[in-house]
Amino acid sequence: MTLTHLKRAVLKLGFWLMVITLVVYATFPFYYAVVTSLKPSSEMFKVGYWIDSVDWSNYVAVLSQKAFVQSIANSVIVALSVVAIALLLGLTAAYALGRVRFKGRTRVMMLVLGVSMFPQVAVLSGLFEVIRVLDLYNSPGGLILSYTIFTLPFTVWVLTTFMRQLPDELEEAAIMDGASPWVTLTKVFMPLLWPAMATTGLLAFIAAWNEFLFALTFTLTDSERTVPVAIALISGGSQYELPWGPIMAASVIVTVPLVILVLIFQRRIVSGLTAGAVKG
Amino acid sequence: MTVHETTTATAGPKKARQDARGTKVRRRRVRAAWLFLTPMLVVLALVAGWPLLRTIWFSFTDASLSQMGSANFIGVENYLVYDEGWYGLLADPLWWQSVWNTLFFTVISVGLETVLGVIVALVLNAKFRGRMVVRAAMLIPWAIPTIVSAKMWAWMLNDQFGILNHMLMGLGIISAPLAWTADADLSMWAVIIVDVWKATPFVALLVLAALQMLPSDCYEAARVDGISPVRVFFKVTLPLIAPALMVAVIFRALDALRVFDVIYVLTSNASSTMTMSIYARQQLVEFQDVGYGSAASTLLFLIIALFTIVYLYLGRRQLGGEQ
Repeated sequence: MTLTHLKRAVLKLGFWLMVITLVVYATFPFYYAVVTSLKPSSEMFKVGYWIDSVDWSNYVAVLSQKAFVQSIANSVIVALSVVAIALLLGLTAAYALGRVRFKGRTRVMMLVLGVSMFPQVAVLSGLFEVIRVLDLYNSPGGLILSYTIFTLPFTVWVLTTFMRQLPDELEEAAIMDGASPWVTLTKVFMPLLWPAMATTGLLAFIAAWNEFLFALTFTLTDSERTVPVAIALISGGSQYELPWGPIMAASVIVTVPLVILVLIFQRRIVSGLTAGAVKG
Repeated sequence: MTVHETTTATAGPKKARQDARGTKVRRRRVRAAWLFLTPMLVVLALVAGWPLLRTIWFSFTDASLSQMGSANFIGVENYLVYDEGWYGLLADPLWWQSVWNTLFFTVISVGLETVLGVIVALVLNAKFRGRMVVRAAMLIPWAIPTIVSAKMWAWMLNDQFGILNHMLMGLGIISAPLAWTADADLSMWAVIIVDVWKATPFVALLVLAALQMLPSDCYEAARVDGISPVRVFFKVTLPLIAPALMVAVIFRALDALRVFDVIYVLTSNASSTMTMSIYARQQLVEFQDVGYGSAASTLLFLIIALFTIVYLYLGRRQLGGEQ
């Protein structure tokens, strides 16, 4: 009896050790960034695991840079516009793909899925030309347009999955009443799809907020940059003297809103991710 | 055609009702469907279809960044040309190095993410107090922008002041600090460490979703029969979650094949970590050689397209007749 008790205790201990290891592994880099960002520059190069005293000077340094504050504004504008466009176009497309049976539907779904797997580099030169012709180079408009390449297919895909789960009876009733497809979509389905739209919108927002390659390539001046590019390009006197304090402060500033969003909506995010991948 | 046939077979009584209303309604719906699809298709053509075709065209020209309009057709010279020795992309050792680096990175990081992801998912699937807190913690790496996570790790991996060297030396595993991002032998592993940290939660969440849909009765049976948990995992669980795991692996592999952000931040253009995306962008933007860079982009596209076609082929049956 005692042996099985012992064995069970050891197993339980091992399990909890694993859980703790996982939590530390997942959160430590972010925690350490916070710790670093709150250190004065004189203590920057002493390794320490805890916050001894709180020093806001790195945050002051970052937020007093006009270009950085501007880049936050740019990121917000770009990400929100991308979400709005992706949801509008995604919703109509998802209605067509999710509710109507027509020839070529599978082919369109394949096309959408194919585009979502495009390597961004593969369209870089062609997109560069399109953006220049439309006179959108070095402006948020160019980024908003180019970001639809990865947000739109994803939005269509997930919204289609959700759209298919809605009961047929609703739509039949609407058709009996002589409602047009547009009215059916906006008056019958949209009120039911708000949770799904919130999920996909959030995921599209995160994807747009985090994007780097297009933002790096299609902008030129500090005033048009988005946050990831601004952080990547923070530099010091030389390559070996990066200002780690301000970099960590900037990293924390742009990450905290995301982490809060994700923690609040974690259920929705998980369901959105799995709807996009597993059920698809 | 097959889609249509399965519809008529399963619709049953609904179909009869629709027939009563005539085909007029249905025809109107199909017309509306195409109308609804048009904006999306136009945008995708503008940002994906047309640019892709232009990229492929540029790869056969001598286009430069400042003069994209007036490019001359030069055949396959960007790919391979003989001019007292072989030149072009396919004769460039750095290109082949970046192909090799990309494949190495993809196989190792996706492999590690899969194994770790399954372990994390199994832990999260167990019932214990505070499970939600652990799941929330696992979402943090996923939520952090890649650039930011690369910067955070670059600081932790710093050769002089990094906490990782400090830890490893404290534990007596290494005797002198390692130059994680500068040392050509280590830098790829540094990149893999960061990518695994960032992407494992994604795999874990997908696998967890699959685990939670498994029927509990076969586990009951296995427990009654006294079969060891390890055996149950390999004989029952793994085959059942294999489809979801496959999807996660393919998504991750496609992401890994086009990796750019992490490497750009951690090691920039160093040849020891140069991947196909880094190589192509360097040619395109920094060397302004749009023709040559487009050739590299086109080859990368072909490799990923091959992957995608295999995936679509495997997942084809799920696409048409859902529900």
